[in-house]
Amino acid sequence: MSVLVFAETIKGKFKKATFEAVTYGRKLADALSTDCIALCLGDVTGAEDLGIYGASKILNVKDDALNHFDSQIYTSVIAQVAGQTSSDVIVLSHSANGKSLIGRLSVKMNAGSVSGVNALPNVDGSFSVSKGVFSGKAFATYEIITAQKVISLMGNSFGVQELGSAGTVETISADVPASRLTVTEVQVSEGTVPLPEAELVVSAGRGMKGPENWGIIEEMADILGATTACSRPVADSDWRPHHEHVGQTGIAIRPNLYIAIGISGAIQHLAGVNNSKVIVVINKDPEAPFFKAATYGIVGDLFDVVPRLNDALRKFKAEA
Amino acid sequence: MKFLVCISKTPETTAKIGFTNDNKEFDTNGVQFIMNPYDEWYALVRALELKEKLGGEVVAINVGPASNDIIIRKALAIGADKAIRVNAEPESAFAVAKYISDHAKSENYDIIFTGKETIDYNGSEVPGMIAEFLDLPFISYASKLELEGSSASIERDIEGGVEGIKLDTPFVLSAAKGLAEQRIPNMRGIMMAKRKPLEVVEPAVVEEPVSIASFELPEKKEGVKMVDPENMEELVRLLHEEAKVI
Repeated sequence: MSVLVFAETIKGKFKKATFEAVTYGRKLADALSTDCIALCLGDVTGAEDLGIYGASKILNVKDDALNHFDSQIYTSVIAQVAGQTSSDVIVLSHSANGKSLIGRLSVKMNAGSVSGVNALPNVDGSFSVSKGVFSGKAFATYEIITAQKVISLMGNSFGVQELGSAGTVETISADVPASRLTVTEVQVSEGTVPLPEAELVVSAGRGMKGPENWGIIEEMADILGATTACSRPVADSDWRPHHEHVGQTGIAIRPNLYIAIGISGAIQHLAGVNNSKVIVVINKDPEAPFFKAATYGIVGDLFDVVPRLNDALRKFKAEA
Repeated sequence: MKFLVCISKTPETTAKIGFTNDNKEFDTNGVQFIMNPYDEWYALVRALELKEKLGGEVVAINVGPASNDIIIRKALAIGADKAIRVNAEPESAFAVAKYISDHAKSENYDIIFTGKETIDYNGSEVPGMIAEFLDLPFISYASKLELEGSSASIERDIEGGVEGIKLDTPFVLSAAKGLAEQRIPNMRGIMMAKRKPLEVVEPAVVEEPVSIASFELPEKKEGVKMVDPENMEELVRLLHEEAKVI
């Protein structure tokens, strides 16, 4: 009957999205009057901390084959642990790995699945849960009919909460099938918060005129502790790395603050960002469609406005 | 080499989204439909490029009603050799994946391609489900795929970076931006598509494990508050005191 949260790691380290999934799993377990069990796979560091975010039990299956991600063997192990712990609901992060697992687990466990949920399910009598559809343009409430359920939680949609204290990690065993693939490298930019997890995002578009002008954008991100992003034409022109591209064909994000600089706001870009809590738009064209989706708008030349905003932010940070 | 490309029909990217029947159904009135861009631009085109290099066959498959034939013909016009339409209107990713797997299980495809997600239900579930039904490895969000004989080198997008993977066929792969470049069908392709085989399959009914109870549109934004470009202290104050985000 328990809720089992797959506590995802990259290179053995937990991410904010994992803590958020654990918090969510705990709240869901409370609603179902059951336990929230966190499961981590392979060699991990800091698993005790999962207790802080709400895990009542922390399990770890260790095996060399689990030190790299393979959806096939991860699915097998998660399903085995779900069986051992009588877990009916599996919670994943809606991350690259979570998206690789949700469909597999659904089939393996004969469980109905909903990916990218953004709120706790309604569990009075049925099990229904909301998610974004039509690339951010609407929401749908899904009902899961099967006894077993798998859901993945959209990043930044629920929040991380400290609900307990550090726990003890129990190592358990499972049959780990042989992997049919080799992970040759895992390249992640160190030091910055990955975009799907970032609460503050500074994003810039074609209005920047060229990659050599990005200094003021990076400066703003530094002052705020924000992550940088960009629009599609910028990524397509290789002004910025591909993983910074947000929008319909890039990644969808929902930070607390999205600052859009020199981006006109085509509907395909908006689809990836319009669930942000607050949107600031800086554009010299007062007719830019982005202003319609903005919380705060500034009409002006970004090469004047952005340095001025950076000064104001620096002053604010110095006084804070 | 034998490649299967799963294609889905979605509203075009700028379509206005609305609902009917007490918010229980998507209002298709006035909506233009297209092939899901990830399926068309990246999955289908990469499969075609590999076929052109290594020889073989590209089969497109769609699950849907006869009105979907228009996007299936487009896949044929872009270059797929033949197509299959499973004549069903499923509600869940599970049912779609089951129908496709039922076709694929006896066909020995080397790679089964899908887009990374559809732009309507944004699920990312179908390819993983197919992989599990068929007991195959699955690589999601691939932005690079090279094939030498049966060995593949892949890069997949992960949060803030990329992961490199090597494996042998057969496997399932979902395509992200970067995997290929969009191809526009030419007149010859469009003419040839009319003569290419489109087989319609009547499937056994699959029980749906999930259903959509209702839809909802996001709350309207209150309207933008304009801030004087000379007064960025005011913007900082609003972000701190009113919006409470910094």
